Amino acid sequence: MNRIISPKNAQKIMKTIFWASGILAILILLVIIGYIIIKGLPVMSLEFIFGEPIDSGRSGGIFPMIVSSIYVTLVAVLVATPLGVGAAIYLAEYAGENNLVRAIRFGTETLASIPSIIFGLFGLSFFVIFLGMGWSVLSGALTLAIMALPTILATAEVSIESVNKSYGEGSLALGATKWQTVYRVVLPAALPGITTGVILGMGRAVAEAAAILYTVGAALSIPISLFDPARPLPLHLYMLATEGISLENAYGTAAVLVILILLITIISNSLVDRYSKKMMGR
Amino acid sequence: MDRIEVQDLNVYFDDLHVLKDVNLNIKNNMVTALIGPSGCGKSTFIRTLNRMNDLIDTFHKTGTVLLDEEDIYDPKVDVVDLRKRVGMVFQKPNPFPKSIFDNVAYGLQIHGITDKRMLKEKVEESLKAAALWDEVKNKLDKSAMGLSGGQQQRLCIARTIAVEPEVILMDEPCSALDPISTTKIEDLIHRLKRDYTIIIVTHNMQQATRVSKCTAFFLNGEIIESGSTDKIFIEPCDQRTEDYITGRFG
Repeated sequence: MNRIISPKNAQKIMKTIFWASGILAILILLVIIGYIIIKGLPVMSLEFIFGEPIDSGRSGGIFPMIVSSIYVTLVAVLVATPLGVGAAIYLAEYAGENNLVRAIRFGTETLASIPSIIFGLFGLSFFVIFLGMGWSVLSGALTLAIMALPTILATAEVSIESVNKSYGEGSLALGATKWQTVYRVVLPAALPGITTGVILGMGRAVAEAAAILYTVGAALSIPISLFDPARPLPLHLYMLATEGISLENAYGTAAVLVILILLITIISNSLVDRYSKKMMGR
Repeated sequence: MDRIEVQDLNVYFDDLHVLKDVNLNIKNNMVTALIGPSGCGKSTFIRTLNRMNDLIDTFHKTGTVLLDEEDIYDPKVDVVDLRKRVGMVFQKPNPFPKSIFDNVAYGLQIHGITDKRMLKEKVEESLKAAALWDEVKNKLDKSAMGLSGGQQQRLCIARTIAVEPEVILMDEPCSALDPISTTKIEDLIHRLKRDYTIIIVTHNMQQATRVSKCTAFFLNGEIIESGSTDKIFIEPCDQRTEDYITGRFG
């Protein structure tokens, strides 16, 4: 039989292609992060990070924006996590397979693919105007919560479903109720996966500009109350760049945002890792 | 005395008739072995005894299962309470991904014991009863997932006896274990039968003769023959039983 390429060579070629794809993915990431940080580095200083903006951000620092970002994101995650995890527990443990469940799943999948600017528009008409929350941390956070919800729900559902079924059986066989089993055996085992989902949702929320464009306001001062307007980093970045205020400071803001996201990811990954190792005895 | 009486039990999953007119009495404080080829309904049978089959939507049954002369399928019976009385050890060791201590304490905690000292005592007692204490006493806070398969299975037995059941169901508890671990589990079964009524599903004929006093032979969802283990293995009444135990099929 005549083969154009021998199986051995095909194996080599494919391995090289996969290796190259992997390297390319890492390279793209490194190039983007590196570019942002190098461009942002010249304006980065303690004054920039801990100072108040002067002249709409033309000079001065971005401390209120860092606070806004953390504030809005935390509130969003605090709202979205119990909702998402609660719905995931229902879907994975209680609901079985019926039309309602299929509808919920279809709904969340669709929600996940809606452009974020549409969430922004909804937030404006519902939270800001209809509920009268105004341009505020709360309006922005709730809008982001809806946006992060499908990510958290879907990841949590998958991690709960992938918990070894024998754990649940073991618990029920000891005379535990369904809820005791879910709360004390299944959820702890699913926690690493659920946390990853929350972090993904958080990442989506912290990086979002469009969804908060119409909901959070654009204040340059540090927000204190939930009803204060705020200006998270992505929004500040957007304004600095589109209104031509200061491209240097836009890069500085971007660098701070990227570092913030990296920090969240690295810290949470190491926590998840440590917990999994302890749980699985490795 | 009979601890469990099963009368005219028929079990179905949808239309599939899995157990057919099963009658079996299980004696108190004795080991009863269930033997038979794969897929003959042994596991389904023991899962009927602690109502684990209730978890499967398509399950339904006719006939009665009495535990201490009380119908366990009576609507008044609390399944949670029943499963506390009828413990189960599974084929594949399934400790929780928690510490060794928490694995044993879990059953006690869900049944309302919160006193720290009492928990400690009970955990130690159960681990000793399961012949595992000496191997784990210095690493009670380590994850149970780090134990060997045989240790995990003994931990699961410790977890089961911690809640003080009356009956322990064992679904091929040694099939995933090496010979040495198997011996340890069998020794353990010998010691436990003084205090517990044990029903063990096994594919291993020697194991059935080693550990059990009574044996029931299942084939295609029916009990072909049941009675004293000695009698079934030495002079079975039914040709099919003889064929099975001599290894002609199954």
